Amino acid sequence: MSDRPFGLLAELTYRCPLHCPYCSNPVKLAEFGDELTLEELTRVLGEARGLGVLQLHLSGGEPLQRRDLPEIVAEAHHLGFYTNLITSALSLTPEKAAQLKAAGLDNVQISIQAADPERSDRIAGTPSFHRKVAAAQAVKALGFPLTLNYVLHRHNLDQVAALIELAEQLEADRVELANTQYYGWALHNRALLMPTRMQLERIEPVVRAAIDRLAGRMQILYVFPDYYSQYPKPCMGGWGSRQLTLRPNGDVLPCQAADQIPGLTVENVRSRALEWIWDESPMFNRFRGQEWMQEPCRSCPRNTIDFGGCRCQAFLLTGDAGATDPVCYLAPHHAIVSDVLQAVNDGDTDGTQDGSPEFAYRWVDSGAAPILFQ
Amino acid sequence: MMAELTLAARPQLSTRARLQYDSVREKEVLLFPEGLLVLNETAAAVLALCDGQRSVADIAAELGARYGRRVDQDVLTLLNRLAARRLVEAIPHDER
Repeated sequence: MSDRPFGLLAELTYRCPLHCPYCSNPVKLAEFGDELTLEELTRVLGEARGLGVLQLHLSGGEPLQRRDLPEIVAEAHHLGFYTNLITSALSLTPEKAAQLKAAGLDNVQISIQAADPERSDRIAGTPSFHRKVAAAQAVKALGFPLTLNYVLHRHNLDQVAALIELAEQLEADRVELANTQYYGWALHNRALLMPTRMQLERIEPVVRAAIDRLAGRMQILYVFPDYYSQYPKPCMGGWGSRQLTLRPNGDVLPCQAADQIPGLTVENVRSRALEWIWDESPMFNRFRGQEWMQEPCRSCPRNTIDFGGCRCQAFLLTGDAGATDPVCYLAPHHAIVSDVLQAVNDGDTDGTQDGSPEFAYRWVDSGAAPILFQ
Repeated sequence: MMAELTLAARPQLSTRARLQYDSVREKEVLLFPEGLLVLNETAAAVLALCDGQRSVADIAAELGARYGRRVDQDVLTLLNRLAARRLVEAIPHDER
């Protein structure tokens, strides 16, 4: 029998008031509009708990766009999950936050796009900074643990000190300084988002000093951009090993872009039991263990540490989901990553950002092509 | 950095953490924002006694009697490890 999963990332809806150009949601958002009902979700949550899931991350899109969110939280709490709300916080009023607290919500994670309103609102594609700050204050006032999530990229990395200072002011318990991962919209906008090597070198001592200074008070998680790493990330703690992702329409995935890998049938909770999907489905079994690996992973002593990296990233960059994640310096396709970095760093003498990027903002559109905003 | 816990400290679970029995794994688990620990029997026994009333010395004495050996250092090490992650916090002994 495969290991029991610990975490379920439940993307409840892809509706969202923000338009962040690094969103990890699929580019074809409109295809997932047929959202699970409260009744269906309740059944799936019960199946997930029976499977051993303990951590439930309620995400999206924006989970607050679901009017039945308090009912979903109450069901999750009743089942014994530790529930975490991952939110843009735009509609997280003190009343709504109190309602979710009463329903049994355990933790709130709020995303903020930059350290000042002007830049934050520009990256989010909508006025939002002040409401996020107010929501964070309301969350703390209710006694929730607060996580702040900052997605880092070329256009806000220089603000790291100010971002940490903002987190201190808001009395965050935990801060994620997470460099962008290049899936979905972020991959589309990669050339504009990828930080320079000099930017990363400049912020490293700042982050390190803050981690030491705030130890015991505020936990800082720094996620280094994997493109600049020597070895790939241990994606999801191994394929089909610790976590699963639920899409708004009921599709279940071992990793966030797994449905783009050709030849793998996507299973859905509307037609299959979650336990079958986890234990038996070809999708979840495809990259378990080490048997599927190619060289250099197959004989690499690190293959139980990083599992060859991310299967989705391997597919998105090389066209072969079984390839070594090209982030790895030993990967046959590593030139794909080093070429991207070379393009970003060429001519960059002082690491300063360029002035006005033309992001493709996240937008729900019936067509495949994203709308380009300036 | 925070001060280390002493034998006189009276530890309690942080409000950020929840101790719970997982019927699937048949083990006690400690749940907290963005993480969890599946506890072995002794760690679960220590945490079950962290009520903000008992001191670390009380907890060690009670478990020492149960296991028939001195466990002061084991208990202190475990609790300090959890305190460093803010999963356990101590009420100083002079603030009753």
